[in-house]
Amino acid sequence: MPIEVLMPALSPTMTEGNLAKWHKKEGDPVKSGDVIAEIETDKATMEVEAVDEGRMGKIVVPEGAQGVKVNEVIALILEEGEDAAALAGSGKGAAAKAPPAPASTAETAKRAPAPAPESPKTAPPPVAAARAGGNGADHGGRLFASPLARRMAQQAGIDLAQLKGSGPQGRIVKADVEAALGKPGAARAAPAAKPAPVPAAPAAAAPAPAAPPRIGGPSFAKQQVVAAAGNIPYAEIPHTGMRRTIARRMVESKQNVPHFNLTVDCEIDALLKMRAELNAKSSDYKISVNDFVIRAAALTMRKVPRANASWSDEAVLQWQQVDIAVAVALEDGLITPIVKRADQKGLATIAAEMKDLAARARAGKLKLEEFQGGTFSISNLGMYGIKDFNAVINPPHGCILAVGAGEQRPIVKNGALAIATVMSCTLSCDHRVVDGAVGAQWIAAFKAMIEDPLTMLL
Amino acid sequence: MADTTFDLIVIGGGPGGYVAAIRAAQLGMKTAVVEREHLGGICLNWGCIPTKALLRSSEISHLLHHLDQFGFSAKDVAYDTKKVVERSRKVAKQLANGVAFLLKKNKVTVFDGEGRLAGKGKVAVAKGGKPVADLAAKNIIIATGARARTLPGLEPDGKLVWTYKEAMVPETMPKSVLVVGSGAIGIEFASFYRNMGAEVTVVEVLDRVVPAEDEEISAFARKAFEKQGMKIHTGATVKGLKRNANAVTATIAVGSKSLEVAADRVVLAVGIVGNVENLGLEGTRVRVEKTHILVDEWLATDEPGIFAIGDVVGPPWLAHKASHEGVICVEKIAGLNDVHPLDTGNVPGCTYCMPQIASVGLTEKKAREAGREIRVGRFPYIGNGKAIALGEPEGLVKTIFDAKTGELLGAHMIGAEVTELIQGYAIAKTLETTEAELMHTIFPHPTLSEMMHESVLDAYGRAIHF
Repeated sequence: MPIEVLMPALSPTMTEGNLAKWHKKEGDPVKSGDVIAEIETDKATMEVEAVDEGRMGKIVVPEGAQGVKVNEVIALILEEGEDAAALAGSGKGAAAKAPPAPASTAETAKRAPAPAPESPKTAPPPVAAARAGGNGADHGGRLFASPLARRMAQQAGIDLAQLKGSGPQGRIVKADVEAALGKPGAARAAPAAKPAPVPAAPAAAAPAPAAPPRIGGPSFAKQQVVAAAGNIPYAEIPHTGMRRTIARRMVESKQNVPHFNLTVDCEIDALLKMRAELNAKSSDYKISVNDFVIRAAALTMRKVPRANASWSDEAVLQWQQVDIAVAVALEDGLITPIVKRADQKGLATIAAEMKDLAARARAGKLKLEEFQGGTFSISNLGMYGIKDFNAVINPPHGCILAVGAGEQRPIVKNGALAIATVMSCTLSCDHRVVDGAVGAQWIAAFKAMIEDPLTMLL
Repeated sequence: MADTTFDLIVIGGGPGGYVAAIRAAQLGMKTAVVEREHLGGICLNWGCIPTKALLRSSEISHLLHHLDQFGFSAKDVAYDTKKVVERSRKVAKQLANGVAFLLKKNKVTVFDGEGRLAGKGKVAVAKGGKPVADLAAKNIIIATGARARTLPGLEPDGKLVWTYKEAMVPETMPKSVLVVGSGAIGIEFASFYRNMGAEVTVVEVLDRVVPAEDEEISAFARKAFEKQGMKIHTGATVKGLKRNANAVTATIAVGSKSLEVAADRVVLAVGIVGNVENLGLEGTRVRVEKTHILVDEWLATDEPGIFAIGDVVGPPWLAHKASHEGVICVEKIAGLNDVHPLDTGNVPGCTYCMPQIASVGLTEKKAREAGREIRVGRFPYIGNGKAIALGEPEGLVKTIFDAKTGELLGAHMIGAEVTELIQGYAIAKTLETTEAELMHTIFPHPTLSEMMHESVLDAYGRAIHF
C-alpha cells in the first residue's frame, strides 16, 4: 500500500492551508527527513518533511492549491518494491471525501451535520441595491436569521448583522453562528479564490479588493466592488493566507474593540546620543531607535501593569509577562514577531533578537510560537517619514504603540524657540481594558523614559 | 436508434434516480435513466407503496374486528387474500405508470436494461446479457438502491422463507409467521400479518424492537404489539431452521435459553445490502465499503463525473432521503448556488405498523451521549380529545430540546397518524425553530397535532391538558 502523506496541522488551530510548493516530483526518491513540500499557513511558510522512505508516487494536491484541509491526502509515496499500479484506488482524491473507515452504519461519519458551505456567490445583494451596511441576509433592513441562530447569537453576544448567512437566500443559520464562535468544523471555509486570468493593467492602479473574507459586514463581492469603482480595468491579486488573516483580524479589531488614541511628542536627542555612544563601543551589536522603543515600552509595562492586559468576557486578564510584538513589513503583508519577556532583556539582546526575527520573518521562516501571542504591539513607520499615526490594535492585545519619525522640530524651551529631535508616539488603547487615565499614565511614563534614556539602563 | 449522448445518465429509476432525472431535466440537462426492472424502483413497486396498500387492508381488518366500540356489528367478516394482494399490485402499477409519464413529460429518455460503467463517461446498457445501447455523458449518477440482506441458514427460498418481495404477495394467508428482524420492514409485515389474523412471532437480535427509534418509543411499541397478540423475542437469534413440507420449525436462542417456534412462513427482514455489483466500478476510483459506495457531502464519488445517491450510499435507507440526495447532487452538478448538503438530523423516518411510529432527529439517549443538556417533553394520546374521539387513545408524542439554546433536537411519536404529523417537526427542525416559535404556533383544535404543541409545552413544564 502506498503511504499517504496528509496535510499537516502546523498548529492546533490550523484547519487548512495552501500548498505553496512541491520539492519532489512524481518519481523522485524520497528519504526520511527530505523536505517534500512547503505549506503556506495564515502567516508563514512551513516545510513538510518526509517521515517515510520510498519514491514520490503521486502528487494528489497540486502546487498552488489553496484551502487544503488538514489531514487531506496530499501525496502518495510508494514504498520500496511498489510500482505505480499500487496507486490505483489509493488516496482519496483532491476533494475532501468520506473519512477512510466509516463504521458499518456509515451515516454519521459520512455526513458532517449541517455545515452549509458558503459559496462566494451566495446571495450578494443586487448591485443596484449596494449600500453600506448591507449583508448577505439583510434585505431592506430586515435581517433574516433562523430563530435558533438568533438565540445562539444573543447568548454568545454576537451581533447577527456582522454575520454572513449561508442558508437559503443568505439566511443566517445555526452553522453561521457556530462558525463565528469558532467551533471547529462548524462551517467550511470559503473556497480560495482561483487566480483568474485578468486583463493587464498597471498593478498600482488596481483597486485591490481588500475583502475581510466571511466575517460579514457589508458585502465586498468582487462584482460589486468593480461596479462601485465604475467597471474600470483591474488586475486581480489572489488572497494569500496572510492577506485573509490581516483582513479578518483588522476588521474584528475595528468592529469589536473600542479604540482611543493618545499622542505625545518625545524629544530623543539624548537617546540618539546614547545610541551613538553605545554603538561606537562595539561592533557586536547595532542598536536601533526601535530597540530603545521596545525596551522603553517593556519597562513602562512594569510601571503601569494595567496596560499589559487583555479583555475577556469574564475578566480583564493582566499578563504577568511582557511580550512585545513588533510589526515587520513584508512584501505582501506584515507579521508581528515577538520579543518575549522584553522587560528582562538588555538593549543588545533585544537588538540581536529583532535582527534575527525580522530576517526570518522576511524569509517566511518564523515558527508559530515566534509570532503568535504577545501582550502588546509596536508599529514603527518612522523610516517612511510618517510624523504620527494611529495603529489598529492587534487582538487580544490591550494597546498598540504607533511610532513616527524622529525629526528636528522647533520647540519652545524656557520661553524661547529651540530645535530638538522629536519623535511622536501614539498609543491606541482598548477602552474596555485601558481607560484614558491609565493610557495617559503609560504614555507619560514611556515619554519620560525615552527622553531620559539613562533610566532605561536601570 | 435513439440519441446516446447525454448531459447526465442516471443508473436506476427508483425514487432517487427518477427524481434526480426530473430535476436535471428541469435544469436543462439532457438526461437519461437506465432501469433494469420497474420505474419507481423498490419503493414504488415492492416497498413503500404496495405495503401501504396492504397495511390499509389490515387496518380495515382490525377495525372490522373492533366495530362494537363504534356501535356497529357485522357478521361473517371475511377477506380474500387474492383481492387484497391484487389491490396492492394495482396501486403500485398505477404509480409506476405515473413515473413513466412524468419522465416522458420532462423529456427524460428511459433505457430498459442494466446500466454498467464502460470507461470514462460511458454507460453500456444490456438486457438479459444482450447489448441494448452504448451511452455517453459527462456526469453519471448511480442510484441502484439495495436489496434484502440474507443470513446463513435462513436463505430465502421463495416458498417457506420469504423476503419482503414474497411477503408482499402471499397466495394464501399463512396461519403463522415468524418475522426475523424488527426494523421498519420487519415490523410492518408483522403488523400486517397479525391484523390479518395470523399468529406472529418477532425475533430481534438487539435488545428492543424498532431499535433505531427512541428507547421509550421501542418500549411503548413492544407493549402495544404484545397486547395485539404478537410474540416478541429480543436479544434473540435464529440458531437453526428446519424446513418441512409446508412449514418451518425455528430454533431460537434468547440469551442462554433456547426455544422452538413453529411457523408456516418466515419473513426475513435483517437489513439490506447495497446493489454495487455489475456496475463496472472496477477500474474506477469509486470506493465501496460494506456494500455501499463512498461519497462526499455532494454525493460525488472519488471518480470525477461519477456520483451516487440513495440506498446504495448508505443509511438512512429511505426513499425521501434518496430523492433529496438526487436533487442535491443534480443541483450541485448544475452549479446552482443555494445548494446545501443533506442533514441526516432532519430526515424524518416513518414506520407504518399499528400503532404507527415516526421520528426525526436525535433520540433521548443519543442526545445525552452527545453531551447535550436536554429538556424532554411528553404528551400521551389519552390526553387528546381527537385521539379519544377516534378511538385511538394509545400513543405518545415526545420532544427533546437543547436546554440551553432551545434547539429542537429530536421528536419521537407513536400512535395513530403520526406518520402524517411528523412533517411538522421536520419543518421546525429544518427552519431551526426553537421551543418559543413552537409554543407560539397555533395548532388547530380538535386535532392530533395539538399533542405536538403540548409535548413542547411539557418540555418546559407548561403542558395544559396533562
